Amino acid sequence: MSTFIIRRLLQAILVMALMSVIVFFGVNVIGDPVHMLVSPEADQAEIEAAIRRLGLDKPIWEQYLLFVKNAMQGDLGKSFIFGEPALKLIFHHMPATLELAFSALFLAVLIGIPLGLFAGLNPDSPISKGIMAGSIFGFSLPTFWVGLMLILVFSVELGWLPSTGRGETRSVLGFETSLATVDGLKHIILPALNLALLKISLAVRLTRAGVREAMGQDYVKFARAKGLSTNRIIFVHVLKNIMIPVVTVMGLELGSLIGFSVVTEKIFAWPGMGKLLIDAILQLDRPVVVAYLMIIVVFFVLINMIVDILYSILDPRVRLQDQGA
Amino acid sequence: MTDMTAAKPAVRVETPFQRFRAEFFESRIATAALIVFSSIVVLALLAPWITPQNPYDLGQVDVLDGRLPPGSEAFAGYTMWLGSDGSGRDLYSAILYGLRISLSVGVASGIIALAIGMMIGLIAAYMGGRIEAVIMRLVDLQLSFPASLVALMLVAILGKGVDKIILALVVAQWAYYARTVRGTALVERRKEYVEAAQCLGLSQTQVVFRHILPNCLAPLIVVGTVQTAHAISLEATLSFLGVGLPQTQPSLGVLIANGFEYLLSGRYWISVFPGLALLTTVMSINLVGDHLRDVLNPRLKK
Repeated sequence: MSTFIIRRLLQAILVMALMSVIVFFGVNVIGDPVHMLVSPEADQAEIEAAIRRLGLDKPIWEQYLLFVKNAMQGDLGKSFIFGEPALKLIFHHMPATLELAFSALFLAVLIGIPLGLFAGLNPDSPISKGIMAGSIFGFSLPTFWVGLMLILVFSVELGWLPSTGRGETRSVLGFETSLATVDGLKHIILPALNLALLKISLAVRLTRAGVREAMGQDYVKFARAKGLSTNRIIFVHVLKNIMIPVVTVMGLELGSLIGFSVVTEKIFAWPGMGKLLIDAILQLDRPVVVAYLMIIVVFFVLINMIVDILYSILDPRVRLQDQGA
Repeated sequence: MTDMTAAKPAVRVETPFQRFRAEFFESRIATAALIVFSSIVVLALLAPWITPQNPYDLGQVDVLDGRLPPGSEAFAGYTMWLGSDGSGRDLYSAILYGLRISLSVGVASGIIALAIGMMIGLIAAYMGGRIEAVIMRLVDLQLSFPASLVALMLVAILGKGVDKIILALVVAQWAYYARTVRGTALVERRKEYVEAAQCLGLSQTQVVFRHILPNCLAPLIVVGTVQTAHAISLEATLSFLGVGLPQTQPSLGVLIANGFEYLLSGRYWISVFPGLALLTTVMSINLVGDHLRDVLNPRLKK
């Protein structure tokens, strides 16, 4: 077990090193680093100072080592717009994004699993067919378009829910959160629903497929033969067995929720790191863009690693296969 | 069984393509989707001849026509059935011109990604060993990031423009094709006809391209349709965010973004109609792709 975790950790470090090379080359070789990392308003003396600070007069491998050294110390440059370290800005905006992503995940599980369960148990009912058709829509509709329609219907036409910002926040355990106030909750419903839509469809399909497969298996037949009630079979035996893959996949989707939140945050003016990224791209605030890219890479590598390790705990076959290879 | 063949002698001379065609048109939804998609393509191609206005010829656009609701009459005399946008462009014309850009970016990136992914997948499957391991590690690595995020990262570095968006979409998608081709090619490579071709003394390239590749096409076509729909939607998303195509190349995403500022004041049509066009395009391609998967997958055959 520990060998597997150590191997997986080493792999994660290797991936991060590889990605740092890619980001570094993207910014410093394909792009023009002076242009990208120095404010457009800088004068000649400032530009020269920056060239020296970034070590652009040195050979390329030395430049890379300097980039890594600075990155390790948390120095990914200062934002031109805010004049603060880029990394600090991103960490400042991260709680809002995480709050949104977790709310969306919660909604996806809360809505998707019961719908999928129903569709799996009654495959021929018209309601089930409606649910499955709805899930195709959920996969096909572009997220930003659904967001616009949610605003149009619930904010503009009906006037039920606000469409921009986080609303009133309250500090819980040192983090500002919208989930603790009524106004904040009203503000989070639309963006969270928008972000969750794709994952609701996914949860519906996974649960339905799981239920349909499980219903034909021997342990269900045996439970029936034992005379257990249908409810007990479904909610105790079947649900327990299909929950593991569904929950694992949904957890794996957390990363993509954080990535997708860029779109939702932009539409609903949610002040998270996704909106920060888009604003930074539009305002040519490149240190923030580079810092975001590095952070999101670290995020994904960590999530993938954690999921892999969880898998190996839940399913020993994964571990054995990896050792065999 | 013998009765069936006697009753339908035509079955015996049916070519694989005819059989495929017959099976495809069995589904009414897929047929309808194919008709809708073909009509969209035709409308987009004919745009200069069937629209009342060239929305990008400044001489034909009148700012006084701006933000007119659907059905209003333009200053030039024609009716704007879908209304007009903030700068006075007829939305019906703008949508058809926008479709041209959205479709060409989506299809171009799809084809390039397919070609590159196919080559890399074939190389991985045929070479095996260390080359395959390195390629597939790279594919796994890329697929662990969502395609939308990869594309967003790339445009963040590359900047705006048609060529850059296509490049970003290609990089974001090649891995899907590579994985598909490699998977299928590995199965095909072990089959007897490949052994037979090798025994006949055919060169490696001939075996790969004339024998293995044609048998990998079915899954490639399925992945290709779905990925093209995805590319169109992704380009619209990036353009909506303002990091995709510039205002001078107004795809559907740019049109929707332009309408966003008017949405909150109740002028829904500027965003809604281009959005519906995007939706119809993406949905119809997806439905066709979904059915192609059923028709082309031998495991699902009765």
